Amino acid sequence: MKKAALGALVLMATTGLATAEVVAPGEVVMDEYGFVPAPLTDQPGDPERGRKIVGTKSLGNCVSCHQITEMSHDVPFHGEVGPMLDGLPHRYPVAMIRGILVNSKNVFDGTVMPAYYKTDGFIRPGNGYTGKAAEGAIEPLLSAQQIEDVIAYLLTLEDE
Amino acid sequence: MKKASFKVMTASVAALALGAGAAAADPEADLVVNGEIRMVTKTDAPAHLEGHLDTIRSGWTFRTSETQALQMDDFDNPGMIFVDGAQEAWDTAEGTAGKACADCHGDVAEGMMGVRAVYPKWNEAAGEVRTIEQMVNECRTDRMGADAYKYDGGDMAAMVALISSVSRGMPVDVAIDGPAQETWEKGQEIYYTRYGQLELSCANCHEENYDYYIRADHLSQGHINGFPTYRLKNAKLNTVHARFKGCVRDTRAETFKPGSPEFVALELYVASRGNGLSVEGPSVRN
Ligand code: HEC
Ligand code: HEC
Repeated sequence: MKKAALGALVLMATTGLATAEVVAPGEVVMDEYGFVPAPLTDQPGDPERGRKIVGTKSLGNCVSCHQITEMSHDVPFHGEVGPMLDGLPHRYPVAMIRGILVNSKNVFDGTVMPAYYKTDGFIRPGNGYTGKAAEGAIEPLLSAQQIEDVIAYLLTLEDE
Repeated sequence: MKKASFKVMTASVAALALGAGAAAADPEADLVVNGEIRMVTKTDAPAHLEGHLDTIRSGWTFRTSETQALQMDDFDNPGMIFVDGAQEAWDTAEGTAGKACADCHGDVAEGMMGVRAVYPKWNEAAGEVRTIEQMVNECRTDRMGADAYKYDGGDMAAMVALISSVSRGMPVDVAIDGPAQETWEKGQEIYYTRYGQLELSCANCHEENYDYYIRADHLSQGHINGFPTYRLKNAKLNTVHARFKGCVRDTRAETFKPGSPEFVALELYVASRGNGLSVEGPSVRN
């Protein structure tokens, strides 16, 4: 029931996307700390979709490295490689969170967290998870809209 | 008494270990195989790892107690079935020369004892570092007149498991100096390179984050003393290079090929990180 409703939502959003203004990966404006103040699209982020992206292996797969208490009842196996994300918006401004998602290495030097909105500078980039060489232009791990959706979700996280 | 209870457990355990909620690893458990081969699963890191790791631990110490138990007795270790098959291949003449491995090397337990512990190894005649797999294929093509095994195929994994099995309990001791040094340094560089769209190096997972969970996987230090490994996940023996390939692929990178100079160098380097651990292959992992 809930699932069906969510499906409809995703569909609506994709249609909406056709006309959205999007900042390309190479054009993101960031400050000296790697923070990104301006949203990457003119469409507001959707926390429901963001939640899905964070918890899904083929999308953001954030829980592979981060624990989120709110999500533990329906998404199993949260990793421990990164910090727990509960209460995140009380710790960090949104520009910092966006900067971490765009390219975490600009904010945390040498971090193992992947850059989600970056398309060049990789060593032997693959064609997805096939083990073969990438062909053509590399897509960022998440789209501009998906990043904004994830941010919208992260902003809902309370301390547990 | 302990041994008997493991046997009874085996069938159900194999299924259980794959599922959620399996018992957590006991890093202090002792690995004694068949009640007689005492393995070193935890020891001081070799000198070249100073500043990187103090203690090295076999992948066995990171597995659940159910998976650990499967490696404690050859009757429970599914990898040993493949070793039996390879023993047959060892004794069987193949190729235009009409020779079997046994014709030149005799009984595997004598002819191959200690070999697994020192490979990859500098090969003077070839003028390069060679893996056991490459030596097996050299014998097959040049001395037996038989076809080469696929580098990371089942026949090869089984043969290397047989060769490894007779060195179980001996300390891994690959040479990293002299003529092997250049290859070793190349392997070290690969180990610390952040490949792929996820920009992850071997060290990011196996040096900086071992003992943590990455999703449902309990990260080990990524040693290869247990290879070939029987994995419950794919129910077969897995070669070192197949494992490397899988790990590189998971960084969204273009992998190197099994048997390539890059993976040979990486194997020498990774093997040397485990110098001092016991040869365990064929081990059992998930
Ligand atoms: C491969 C592991 C990995 C993945 C995947 C990953 N992260 Fe991270 N993340 C980290 C690590 C490690 C840090 C800590 C930064 C450092 O290295 O000091 C971090 C830091 C963060 C922080 C700052 C948290 C704090 O309290 O300092 C946020 C926010 C964050 N990640 C969000 C995400 C989101 C959202 C995703 C998915 C879209 C994600 N991460 C995917 C490893 C990861
Ligand atoms: C994104 C994380 C990640 C990266 C990067 C990574 N691995 Fe792994 N590796 C794993 C996981 C997860 C496992 C399965 C659990 C375990 O044994 O650690 C594993 C297992 C292994 C094993 C098997 C250990 C055993 O006892 O059976 C070896 C060997 C290994 N990795 C080597 C490497 C090498 C070499 C590299 C770099 C080329 C590498 N890994 C890169 C995640 C990674």
